[in-house]
Amino acid sequence: MAKSIDVSDLNIYYGDFLAVEGVNMTITARSVTALIGPSGCGKSTFLRTLNRMHEVIPGARVEGKVLVDGQSLYDSAVDPVEVRRMVGMVFQRPNPFPTMSIYENVLAGLRLNNKKLSKSDADAVVEKALRGANLWNEVKDRLTKPGMGLSGGQQQRLCIARAIAVEPQILLMDEPCSALDPISTSAIEDLIHELKEQYTIVIVTHNMQQAARVSEDTAFFNLAGAGKPGRLVEMNPTKKIFSVPDEEATEAYISGRFG
Amino acid sequence: MSTVTTGTGSPKRRLGDLVFANLTRAAGLTILIALAGVGIFLTVEGIPAFGAGPDDLKGHSNLLTYVAPLVFGTLLAAVIALLIAVPLALGVALSISHYAPRRIAAGVGYLVDLLAAVPSVVYGLWGIAVLGPKLVPVYKWLASHFDWIPFFAGPASNTGRTIFTASIVLALMVLPIVTAITREIFAQTPRLNEEAALALGATRWEMIRLAVLPYGRSGIVSAAMLGLGRALGETMAVAMVLSASGVVTWNLISATNPSTIAANIALTFADATGTARNALIASGLVLFLITFVVNFSARAIVSRYEPGSK
Repeated sequence: MAKSIDVSDLNIYYGDFLAVEGVNMTITARSVTALIGPSGCGKSTFLRTLNRMHEVIPGARVEGKVLVDGQSLYDSAVDPVEVRRMVGMVFQRPNPFPTMSIYENVLAGLRLNNKKLSKSDADAVVEKALRGANLWNEVKDRLTKPGMGLSGGQQQRLCIARAIAVEPQILLMDEPCSALDPISTSAIEDLIHELKEQYTIVIVTHNMQQAARVSEDTAFFNLAGAGKPGRLVEMNPTKKIFSVPDEEATEAYISGRFG
Repeated sequence: MSTVTTGTGSPKRRLGDLVFANLTRAAGLTILIALAGVGIFLTVEGIPAFGAGPDDLKGHSNLLTYVAPLVFGTLLAAVIALLIAVPLALGVALSISHYAPRRIAAGVGYLVDLLAAVPSVVYGLWGIAVLGPKLVPVYKWLASHFDWIPFFAGPASNTGRTIFTASIVLALMVLPIVTAITREIFAQTPRLNEEAALALGATRWEMIRLAVLPYGRSGIVSAAMLGLGRALGETMAVAMVLSASGVVTWNLISATNPSTIAANIALTFADATGTARNALIASGLVLFLITFVVNFSARAIVSRYEPGSK
């Protein structure tokens, strides 16, 4: 089910502005890949090209290739809607649908794909997804309550449950813990460890300890200079990046001597 | 120096603050006084109409049977207008906020706003001279094919000056305000909610259904209610377009139509004297109360949709 991603010579544009330049990267299936780097270096932009979410912004486009298990995401015959059903995403701030119950939030993606779902099937999906997101025990008695009534960390796990309910092949996480307290963060990190058994996970984070804790591989993005496009500086196993990185810029960034 | 100290030892009050606070307070009070003044005037002047006889009430035996058909006509015209205007306005608002390219959207939005600037007399003229005659064949067709539906029982009007025509004109007049409000609400949909839907693989329409419409639900209700308020009170266009005979009927396309309170007042007030005048003012009081009820129920609905919000 989980799939690997191959990115080659990817340039990302907003209109005429080149935001990210020349990314080559291979993301292994059933592992966690962390994207780190300073603000504005294009790591979130890059993440969003992996499920074509960047296209939501008018004028955004890419050059180059993104292959998921050999299949191109940017083939003219590929529908971005299909891509997003295959590649789930969790955002920086928890965003459950405000008018929906916990139960309906989990089912939202499935209802889009397949309108007819028997009550027992729906119940089973909801329980599985919520268990998968380590949230079941906390919410099983109040599934009909609004999703917005949960704490921030619970909301974020609800969003993860919503994303995995459709059983995607890849899960993208855009700074999923940046709005959460340390306890909720730790709960999400534990969850990421469990989820990588089944999913290919790509996570953007500003927290380098988090990258070190959760990921197998780490990619360091940086700007070539002010006003210049972001680029991939180095990608290596996380252990190597945090001990003996190949590039001096990476060493400077992770040791806090940035620049 | 523009600061003064108050003698009581309380923290220093600045003159500018004091003046501004009192100005705003006065502005707020003015609204209350105006509203109370209108209410008192309508009540005091309307009371004598309770004793009015058939001479002053166009043959009706008492005030109730005089006002009831007018209330019926007012509500009927306004509700039909809303049924036409709200779906249309939602479509226009969504196309402006989520579908059209930005430059075109701005232009269309501006044009819709311009609709609000057209005087109602002009809408009335257009209704009589253009829309009514154009609709005559439609009404005839409806009357001959769908006369089993009470709304289209016929016989069809030969001038097109029916309550249905009046409602279409009203719908056009209501459209700008409903569009403007819903457009603003839709444009404010949190990006985060829209992206949540898109990231799940929602198409544009599914994203609107999942994120935009639920977020805008209370705004849609209040926009519709504001539109309803406008449709209830609109006078000139209805008075011109409608060939009214003051009956109570569900037949929307015939030559005998219910009148509305506002149109009835406009058409007969100038010639009315004595108690007949009081009767018209009493009908005005009823209209005032109806719009009050509409506004309060709108608020009630909005607050029910948003539990916990202020």
